[in-house]
Amino acid sequence: MDWITIISTTLKSAVGVETVLYGLAAIGINIHFGYTGLLNFGQAAFMGVAGYGLAVTVAVMNLPFWLGILVGLGAAVLLAVLLGIPTLQLRADYLAIVTIAAAEIVRLIFRSVAFKDVFGGSDGQRGFSDGFYALNPFPEGDYGFNLGPVPIFFNHRLLWVLLVGWLLIAVCCGIVYLLMKSPWGRVLKAIREDEDAVRSLGKNVFSYKMQSLVLGGVIGCLGGFVYGLAFASVQPDIFGTETTFYCYTIVILGGAARVLGPVIGSMIFWVLLVLVYGVLSEAVAAGYIPFMTSIQVGPVRYILVGLGLILLLVFRPQGIFGDKREIAIDAR
Amino acid sequence: MRRAVIAFTAFLGGLVFLLAGPAHAGPAECQGLKGTLKLQGQPVNGVKIAVTTEGGQPVKEVATNAQGAWDVQVDKPGKYKVTLDVSSLPQNAEVRGGTNVRTLTVYEGNCSAVLFALQPKGAPGQQQNASAEESPFWTQFAQLTFEGINLGLIIALAALGLSLVYGTTGLTNFAHGELVTLGAILAYAFNVGMGLHLIPAAVIAVIVAAALGYAQDRFFWGQLRRRGTGTIAMMIISIGVALFLRYVFLLFFGGQNEAFAQYTAQPGVQIGPISAAPKNFVAMAVELVVLIVVGVALLRTRTGKAARAVADNPALAASSGINVDRVIRIIWTLGGGVAALAGVMLGLSQNLKYTMGQDILLLIFAGVTLGGLGTAFGALVGSIVVGLFIQVSTLWVPPELKSVGALAVLIIVLLVRPQGILGRRERIG
Amino acid sequence: MRAETTTSERKAAALAAFKDLAHDPGVPKPDPILVVDDVVRRFGGLTAVDVKHVEIQRGSITALIGPNGAGKTTFFNQLTGFDTADAGSWTFNGRRMNGVPAHKVARAGMVRTFQLTKALSRLTVMENMRLGAQQQKGENFWRALVPSFWRGQEDAITERAEDLLTRFKLAAKRDDFAGSLSGGQRKLLEMARALMVEPELVMLDEPMAGVNPALTQSLLGHVKDLREQGMTVLFVEHDMDMVRDISDWVVVMAQGSVIAEGPPDTIMSDERVIDAYLGAHHDAPLSESELTEQLQEAEAALEAEIEEETQK
Repeated sequence: MDWITIISTTLKSAVGVETVLYGLAAIGINIHFGYTGLLNFGQAAFMGVAGYGLAVTVAVMNLPFWLGILVGLGAAVLLAVLLGIPTLQLRADYLAIVTIAAAEIVRLIFRSVAFKDVFGGSDGQRGFSDGFYALNPFPEGDYGFNLGPVPIFFNHRLLWVLLVGWLLIAVCCGIVYLLMKSPWGRVLKAIREDEDAVRSLGKNVFSYKMQSLVLGGVIGCLGGFVYGLAFASVQPDIFGTETTFYCYTIVILGGAARVLGPVIGSMIFWVLLVLVYGVLSEAVAAGYIPFMTSIQVGPVRYILVGLGLILLLVFRPQGIFGDKREIAIDAR
Repeated sequence: MRRAVIAFTAFLGGLVFLLAGPAHAGPAECQGLKGTLKLQGQPVNGVKIAVTTEGGQPVKEVATNAQGAWDVQVDKPGKYKVTLDVSSLPQNAEVRGGTNVRTLTVYEGNCSAVLFALQPKGAPGQQQNASAEESPFWTQFAQLTFEGINLGLIIALAALGLSLVYGTTGLTNFAHGELVTLGAILAYAFNVGMGLHLIPAAVIAVIVAAALGYAQDRFFWGQLRRRGTGTIAMMIISIGVALFLRYVFLLFFGGQNEAFAQYTAQPGVQIGPISAAPKNFVAMAVELVVLIVVGVALLRTRTGKAARAVADNPALAASSGINVDRVIRIIWTLGGGVAALAGVMLGLSQNLKYTMGQDILLLIFAGVTLGGLGTAFGALVGSIVVGLFIQVSTLWVPPELKSVGALAVLIIVLLVRPQGILGRRERIG
Repeated sequence: MRAETTTSERKAAALAAFKDLAHDPGVPKPDPILVVDDVVRRFGGLTAVDVKHVEIQRGSITALIGPNGAGKTTFFNQLTGFDTADAGSWTFNGRRMNGVPAHKVARAGMVRTFQLTKALSRLTVMENMRLGAQQQKGENFWRALVPSFWRGQEDAITERAEDLLTRFKLAAKRDDFAGSLSGGQRKLLEMARALMVEPELVMLDEPMAGVNPALTQSLLGHVKDLREQGMTVLFVEHDMDMVRDISDWVVVMAQGSVIAEGPPDTIMSDERVIDAYLGAHHDAPLSESELTEQLQEAEAALEAEIEEETQK
């Protein structure tokens, strides 16, 4: 078994592209679900409209890169408003169903034959990231260091994506920290507890929920940009409901309503997935696990995601960094 | 609680065991390559496929059958090259991405699926006009209505359990789609894996699924309820269960499409404007009978009345001497069994796939909410409306967007009349 | 000593205002703060509220009583914008309030509490209090990002909250999560939080429900206190002892309508009221002891409900 490769990919995944993009999406979910109590099951759609907004603007309409970013951000805000106006007055479980349905609609439209000219059908779009890599300050080459015998290197393109991605995460966490310390954040948390009480104290609950939905959606959409730029393509099925569910797993893993919860959750989530995958597929290839084939390794890690989500909510709903007291009172 | 989790793990382990046996028995007879060619959901017949070794030695040449399926068995595992003869494709079709050659590895005792995605040639609009001209509007309308009712009845079967569970426990069960898949895969395991005829296989699958439904509540959901787990937390737990089960299915069933051993290639019969395979009529009859029996049971039997009382007001029902836990357990058993039946029927009218339940989950939700969350009869009406809407809307909407319409209706219903068609308004405060 | 005098003056003023009024439903008051006309709310075929005309006297404590299902809470919900009335209009301080959303009703100075207390469990007692303050600069998204904009105001709010907490004997609980308080303490917190809004009219929905007897007296004192500070109080209550003790005027509802009004000491002997209670319940309490017994049962049930609510 090639332990060096396994350790190397595992360590790299702690700061890798998936960690960044899911971390960003999870920060958004944390604002919705952790702080405001909004069950937005359509986060994948926010990532999708951002990625596609960028892709279509640049690849189809041949407009500059920064305009694509603006279009993507605008699309996320628009989606939040369109989704929010009718649904924010619904009960929590209805909101969940409506947002999941809306996200599926968005995905089905992206992959439809009817709009193939614009969105590229199930193949998606590619060839829109040149503007981003043109800004890359790192000259071509591999960057990194050897940790003992374990090489940890990223190429210049990946390094540029990761640098931007982690800067975005830092800025988003900073914003969340400032907001949740403020009276604005207090209103959100109060809405999570009981919106009628907040209404009776003269706060416009709808407006705050909308602000929360837009903010979380915009932060989630940054994850969509990171995906599109890192892989230089977007495909509709990347933005399916499972993506949203992984974000929820990440938020709960790290601890809901904690500023750094989603980021650390994302790191743990991907380190575990990559590690399990690496070890299992190496073991299968080496013949240590005779009853499994290499194709079966893929599903196993998602079985673990499901199992992990169940066990977390049953035994440690506050996540790794959550405050036990806070949960113990009434949420359980 | 620890006991509950151990029990649940045991339950899942048992499930894995159940699936593992036949699923391994199945592919053992299969070592080679196979695939299915479809153009916009319709099977493509008579396309020539040639399989050669990596070095170019010809192995076999086959043509797709009426279901668009083909397969080639090979003696030795290893790398093989698959070439699709483009000239044998229908004139309006082409391979997506352009390349008609795939190179794949065949593992020992395993069938690898070869993917050729077909798409209509040229602008999609032209092709649709051509098909629209073939049959007059009303014939098509009648056909689609029939198919819509067929789909609606399947959704209704699945929705029944979801709705009753929601009504009695407040759980929005995102894992309900997986119960549908479970039924189909169990039936497949008994049918193809153990060689039983489909009808006894389906009966056994439904019974096993009902037992698993019972076990799920007895050892898992019931325990969580006793702990006082909130409905939102339970909802997210159900997502975990859904992910878990879905990938367990993938692990043992594989990612390919499968069909039952019987009734797959039935010649269609023409009744008036409607053409369908006889199995569809039988399936619909079975679905109707089951729905009517369950409906009558809800109205007439003691347990049925108790179930409705619990759905109406659990606290009141409990205080008037109804054993709420027992009622909920019966509902889980019934819901599991009926969902499994829905899975078998779905597998019969389409194909079996590990995501088949997930794919119709939102349609089930649409049916349930349309009828009013928690009302059993509402779910039936709502589901049939959803099924009809999906199929009939393809008269005007491209088929791949047909679910979009249904989901849009779901959203609109929740906005305008959250209590559904047959639901009552809740009193606020 | 001085406070004593003002106390009696306020009470005397309120009583004087009611002195010569007829005991009819909808009787006009000398200085009404709230005037309600023709409010109707239907649920399906059931008419839950159908109030022709009612006025609430400024600076008084008015009790709203009636048998179960009389529509008192629903009426509260209409007035405070938590539910939409099918018809009707009402004015608060001369301002039309029908169709005004709940948060604007509160901002106008009409603040309510709930029958089942809505303490914000996973916020601390102090955060609960701070939330009540109005026109906070830091509640704007952009200004929230820059603490220096709102820090000063926050300190002032905290000071006011601390005063109120001391008055309501919750100062020791200041940094505890509200979810850890007892039922009675939550009632106190909810009332204190409502005062942070600085309302003119306080609407209390069953302030005594689920409160243990030891706290009842202190709660009563706080309600009387509200009037002494110049506020108007409208409250729903079952406990006739309490109604008699603190209210200046009583409005009786039955089957959605106001059937009688009058001073607390004579209202229970009003024929219409007796009819309403008897008509609504065959086992309606006739004697004082039966009444308390029944109420204790109801309270126990409510307490269980609250217990359930908090465990969710």
